[in-house]
Amino acid sequence: MLVEGIKSRPVYRGLTIQPRARRHIFALEGEGAHALLDRKTELDETARSRSEILYLGRGSQGKGHDEALRKLGADMFFTAPTIATLLFRLKGTLATAHMGTRLYIAGTEGFIGQAMIVALDNGMDHASIITEHRGSLARRVQCVHCKGITEDVTHSPFACSHCSLPLLVRDHYSRRLGAFQGVNVDAEEPGSAPDPEELFL
Amino acid sequence: MSGGTEIPVRVTKVTMVADRIKRFRFERLDGRPMPYFSGGAHVIVSMNDNGHVRRNAYSLMSPPYDCSAYEISVLHVEDSRGGSSFMHEKVREGDEMRVSHPVNLFHPDWRGRKHLLIAGGIGITPFIAMMEQFSREGAHFELHYAIRTRDRGAYCEDLVASYGPHRVKIYCDAENNRIPVARLVDGQPLGTHLYVCGPTGMIDGVLKAGLEAGWPQQNLHCERFLSTPPGKPFTVKLTRTGKTIHVGHHESMLEAIEAAGVDAPYLCRGGACGQCETRVTACEGKLLHNDIYLSDEEKAAGQKVMLCVSRFEGAALHLDL
Amino acid sequence: MAIAFKQETFRDDFSYRNSPENIRRFPFPFDRDEYMYSVNMEPHVKGQKGTVFESLIDVDEHYIAEMHDRALVLKEDPLRYQALPHMMTAQWDTLELLMEEQAAGYPEHFTLIRNGDQWRWINRPLGIDDTFTFGDRATLPYEPLEYITRQAQGDFCIVDQRDGNLWMDAGMVTTQADWSLDFDIGMNFMEWHGPVPLAHQMGVFERALKFLLNLQQGKPTRRFNWTMTINPRLDTSPENYPKWGPDRATVTPENVGDKVHLRVEVQTLWRLPRSNAILFVIRCYLMNMNELVTVPKWARRFPRVLRTLPPELIDYKGLTRYRETTMDWLSKYDDGAPTSPGTFPD
Ligand SMILES: Cc1cc2nc3c(=O)[nH]c(=O)nc-3n(C[C@H](O)[C@H](O)[C@H](O)COP(=O)(O)OP(=O)(O)OC[C@H]3O[C@@H](n4cnc5c(N)ncnc54)[C@H](O)[C@@H]3O)c2cc1C
Ligand code: HEM
Ligand code: FES
Repeated sequence: MLVEGIKSRPVYRGLTIQPRARRHIFALEGEGAHALLDRKTELDETARSRSEILYLGRGSQGKGHDEALRKLGADMFFTAPTIATLLFRLKGTLATAHMGTRLYIAGTEGFIGQAMIVALDNGMDHASIITEHRGSLARRVQCVHCKGITEDVTHSPFACSHCSLPLLVRDHYSRRLGAFQGVNVDAEEPGSAPDPEELFL
Repeated sequence: MSGGTEIPVRVTKVTMVADRIKRFRFERLDGRPMPYFSGGAHVIVSMNDNGHVRRNAYSLMSPPYDCSAYEISVLHVEDSRGGSSFMHEKVREGDEMRVSHPVNLFHPDWRGRKHLLIAGGIGITPFIAMMEQFSREGAHFELHYAIRTRDRGAYCEDLVASYGPHRVKIYCDAENNRIPVARLVDGQPLGTHLYVCGPTGMIDGVLKAGLEAGWPQQNLHCERFLSTPPGKPFTVKLTRTGKTIHVGHHESMLEAIEAAGVDAPYLCRGGACGQCETRVTACEGKLLHNDIYLSDEEKAAGQKVMLCVSRFEGAALHLDL
Repeated sequence: MAIAFKQETFRDDFSYRNSPENIRRFPFPFDRDEYMYSVNMEPHVKGQKGTVFESLIDVDEHYIAEMHDRALVLKEDPLRYQALPHMMTAQWDTLELLMEEQAAGYPEHFTLIRNGDQWRWINRPLGIDDTFTFGDRATLPYEPLEYITRQAQGDFCIVDQRDGNLWMDAGMVTTQADWSLDFDIGMNFMEWHGPVPLAHQMGVFERALKFLLNLQQGKPTRRFNWTMTINPRLDTSPENYPKWGPDRATVTPENVGDKVHLRVEVQTLWRLPRSNAILFVIRCYLMNMNELVTVPKWARRFPRVLRTLPPELIDYKGLTRYRETTMDWLSKYDDGAPTSPGTFPD
């Protein structure tokens, strides 16, 4: 379960298929594939013919869903080797898309955040995007000092992968960066950082 | 003071622009510039009809960056309770009146990649200022404007002349031309925002067409020229001031309360802004919520009422005022 | 009367001090001997001479030094100024407001000459005399918001209104109490206030938001906020926390008077005309404890406020390491006598 009550963290309400959409774009990462596969029955003939699925296998539970997804019979299906290539493809799709296109994102929070940024850059309102969290609870964290982003953070404090400062992971999330905030934990008394705790798995 | 600071103005020009539609130009008595405003904004015009004050909202349609004057266009509605009749029949060039500072409950979403404007009849007014602003800022827009007959449609030629027929499309009922709403909402580029203003039926129809074409609610915007529906007279008791007030057929609760000398808060007087929200302390009967501000749950709970448009039927209504 | 601007620093040797006259006009925020969050908003109208409300946009003796400090911060970290693309109209609105108010309040220091869209802006303290076309960004050396906020004291956020909420979509933030514009830009009212304790549960933000959504043109509003800072440092950003965080551990009974500062923010909110956005001005005032105790009423009241502060606020405002020491030091100025209502000196 995600920690409740973080006001700045988006609420991931779950993939509900919007029956009136003219086009459905599914961006799925790892276990996010299940979010769609579990709703197979909601995808009727019309919806399938209007769907485009972008999938990236990732994580121990999140690989190898290609076949199952392909069998859904969507109009377009694309498997991406990395997050960057998936996002690049998504960018291309949205650049020429029309109103009536609805975007669904499922996967880890870090992935949702990054796909969301692409959507915002293409003029979509974040509240219109349908999201579901699946897979690890690891956080994507921005170091507020050097601005470097560290992916898949499971511990707090942790060492910034860019500037090495020990960072406390705050419960404050930026949609624009798709990341939580990391703040130097021992700034007031250097060397006093507590031991890392595994908090986000 | 409620409702914002009022600006004393003189009516410097009255122009008949179409059948039953007049334009009014207001300049400040003190000669200072009018405040700038944003496209979509309206002002509350106070009309003093022999000591009886009426206040109606009218959209500003002069260019937002022209602070020499404000202009509004008023449709003379059939069975007017008085406001639009007063404007049409009593107001003359040279008269002094008061207008509020501008309030905008229909502002464009400036993130929009494209702005699709749909107007019906007098609903054209907020768009006139909006388009001025869009074209000055280099924003991408398109207007689809429906009128009943050519002589009832205000500003058709002017708008086509200013922005070109590719951006301004006129549809005339009498010529059997309808806005092809379903086709319009299909195929707009991602990031388009739609705005509609006109008769209730049209607004509902356009919003529905948008949703049916898969548009998210966030990209659909409307302004309703709500006014108090005439209703049965009723009585309301104000618990704090201890006054009992009679609300007649043709006045709103807010107007009756003001007439009794109680200063109640308001902004839009059209059930949209939420400023006149008032707590109900006792209610034996039925509240007729005519606003678009309270949620359905809030309306059902009956703890709050919007003074400017809502009414009451029943034995007793007590308000925390 | 011309202001005598001071030469001073907010870093390194920290030479910032208040003149006796400036202490008298300090916006002491406590109107009673205790403090808790509330929807503390009041109309922003002009106040008496000798207060910070003499003009609606206050300029004081620290103006030049603060503008110099802002320039230094921006050289190190240009991200302290950011504006999303749809905020350009609101930027011009802000430029107009700040120029008009500064020129109206301090005609001997600032002059604005408008001739249609051709504007000439003279800022004598900073030696600026620029002519530009209002609405044409290419005629200014910076974007309009950056241009004018390099010449105005305080931090600035412009919030856009959409969908029944406010969105922080532009800002100049170099004198902040530990929050990051770069992180918060794009958030809505509830989101950027996320880290604040207690206030959400008290309904403070819900009511404040409702109020602001109806904020009217020509009727600005204001509120106070406060915290404490060690050394007169304006830039207490999270970005630079490793630089200023260690200061918190340096407070001793001997240096409280010099080092510990009350930091008061006078926040004003203005509906902007052309964009319908809201400008949020966070004007920061610093005063050390030696200066504070020169006003007996404040010297009595402030330790009482500190003593009764809820633990969540002590922690959130970062006072934990030095609150006790400060209270002890201040207690010698508190004889227990009752304090008069209101914030002003007796
Ligand atoms: C934000 C805003 C902007 C506006 N801008 C403009 C503008 O630019 N130009 C303009 O002309 N008007 C505008 N209006 C409408 C305007 O404020 C007045 O409502 C209008 O002029 C009619 O006022 P009245 O006093 O003459 O008539 P009212 O007595 O207020 O009633 C108007 C008419 O509608 C009928 N009616 C009212 N409610 C119902 C109902 N529920 N069902 C059926 N019939 C009903 C009445 O019987 C009457 O015929 C705006 C309203 C709002 C809220
Ligand atoms: C639109 C204008 C406003 C902006 C841009 C704004 C911004 C902020 C920011 C960025 C913070 C710091 C949060 C953090 O810790 O990261 C904050 C704190 C806070 N804000 Fe606002 N705010 C606004 C209006 C208001 C209003 C109207 C209220 C009224 C109650 C309010 C009450 C508070 C409180 C109580 C805090 C905690 C301050 C402290 O204890 O130091 N804010 N605000
Ligand atoms: S005055 Fe705006 S809702 Fe009543």
